[in-house]
Amino acid sequence: MNWLTNFVLPKIRAVVAKKDVPDNLWHKCPNCGQMLFHRDLEASLFVCGSCGHHLRLAPERRLSMLFDDGRYDAIELPKTVLDPLKFRDRKRYTERLKEAQARTGTGRDALVVAHGTVAGLPTVIAVFDFDFMGGSMGIAVGEGLLAAARLAVLQEAALLVVPASGGARMQEGILSLMQMSRTTLAVEMVKEKGLPYLVLLSDPTTGGVSASFAMLGDITLAEPGAVIGFTGARVIEETIREKLPEGFQRAEYLLDHGMVDMVVPRRELRDTLARLLGLLRRPAPPAQVVALRG
Amino acid sequence: MRHFLDFEKPLAELEGKIEELRHLSNGGDINIADEVARLEAKVDRLLRQTYAKLSPWQKVQLARHPDRPHGSDYIRELIAEFTPLAGDRSFGEDRAILGGIGRFRGRSVVVLAHEKGTDTETRLKHNFGMAKPEGYRKARRLMALAERFGLPLLTFVDTPGAYPGIDAEARGQAEAIARSIEACLQLTVPMIATIIGEGGSGGALALATGNRVLMMEHSVYSVISPEACASIIWRTAENAQDAAEALKLTAQDLLKLGVIDGIVPEPLGGAHRERQPAVAAAGEAIEAALRPLVALDGPSLRQQRREKFLAMGSRGL
Repeated sequence: MNWLTNFVLPKIRAVVAKKDVPDNLWHKCPNCGQMLFHRDLEASLFVCGSCGHHLRLAPERRLSMLFDDGRYDAIELPKTVLDPLKFRDRKRYTERLKEAQARTGTGRDALVVAHGTVAGLPTVIAVFDFDFMGGSMGIAVGEGLLAAARLAVLQEAALLVVPASGGARMQEGILSLMQMSRTTLAVEMVKEKGLPYLVLLSDPTTGGVSASFAMLGDITLAEPGAVIGFTGARVIEETIREKLPEGFQRAEYLLDHGMVDMVVPRRELRDTLARLLGLLRRPAPPAQVVALRG
Repeated sequence: MRHFLDFEKPLAELEGKIEELRHLSNGGDINIADEVARLEAKVDRLLRQTYAKLSPWQKVQLARHPDRPHGSDYIRELIAEFTPLAGDRSFGEDRAILGGIGRFRGRSVVVLAHEKGTDTETRLKHNFGMAKPEGYRKARRLMALAERFGLPLLTFVDTPGAYPGIDAEARGQAEAIARSIEACLQLTVPMIATIIGEGGSGGALALATGNRVLMMEHSVYSVISPEACASIIWRTAENAQDAAEALKLTAQDLLKLGVIDGIVPEPLGGAHRERQPAVAAAGEAIEAALRPLVALDGPSLRQQRREKFLAMGSRGL
């Protein structure tokens, strides 16, 4: 701050500050290294124009891509106990949480839950934030998915979950493992009301997240190239001391092995989702329009 | 050959001496009774001292002790007329998880148990207790059998984790585990899970989403092995002891966290020193846990299991 910004009134300061330039106009594709202009990226839904790589998405961007007209309401998730084990490694877990929250600039954990409509049908969508401690699942995420399920039941809405997660959050120890049972329970709540439960597997979906709610969808979609599996590739390589096959644990590999219903490019995602929900939720043929006789 | 952990070595030495004395006395008529009694008292004292303050890492070692009773030991001792049932009906038979039907205290039950094996040959046969998708799919099939005939389900959990391999991934390890957890939650029969040794992550949980979850006194149950945890956050597996400490994976900690319902006391020195009494104690605890559950109807059993897991995580240590 200089004397001028200190001196001028806030409203004027806002005008003065307007010349701020966004500092990340260019993104580098993590797959092919191509420099991508931010406006092009937004137009292409964050798919690399050069190699087709699907970049990871911030939850808000994902939500606005899926809901009708990009409109939705995010709900406040229940507060949960922080650091139940008083976990400490080289750093305290509470510090790691604070750092992650500072980086995402929100007070939340690794899950965002929102409701709105898709193809005019009430839908609840829960999206993981990979930027928050690798999207790892602890009590807050488990509780968030339970809240999403309860909301779907309450609104008689479909539930779509979009995981992007390395797995369970180690720093919550056994309680993070228990989220696998609890989120499976969340899925049950939705299914037993006859409501559709859909999953869109995004990059990455591994560990305890893949081995619970993520693999229990009525219909399971996956994004191209997403890494999906239970054990991480490095651990497998170290255990069996073999080179892993090309494309191992990619969405297309899972499709070939019968583990997902379809791999959907981001551009076709909203239409595919809308079509599926329409088919599941409006099963009756449209009422015949009969012209009234004068 | 008996196997001794590092912290068991002083005990092993004393016990060796006692053995030696006994052997010597067979040769002559030297009176050694006093000396033996003195040494035995010392062993007892040392055992009590050591076991009164076991570190989490020592618990991990005990839980993995090769002489510890395994799944097949629990089945042999506790289940009469045990009849093994094999296969997942879609790919194969996974011997990392034993399954079957038998009688527990006169009552027909379905049993699922991890088996690690006891020597090179059987360890390979049982894949060190690391199940593949077909193991979890067999488990699910047998859960359906229990459901169809209204039989309680008893599980004995002892695994380093689900098998990390190409074939397991190709056949859907994640999906197989998820479905097994789902099947546990849907059961309308009583389900009692007992962690007898190592409760390794999702591979253990797949058989442990029960109405009651018990743990042997020196067993562990964790989201990740201390070695793997250390290599991820400390960037070297050498910090496994610190990780074991931080993960709070002992039966005693898990009881405080409300994750398990009871601890089965083991004989002094651990289940591997007196296998039969250890297994018998588990039998008593299972019977005590099962008795009130068999009185409940199906929907109540399912509801109880749900509420138990929903309540989890509301309190820390």
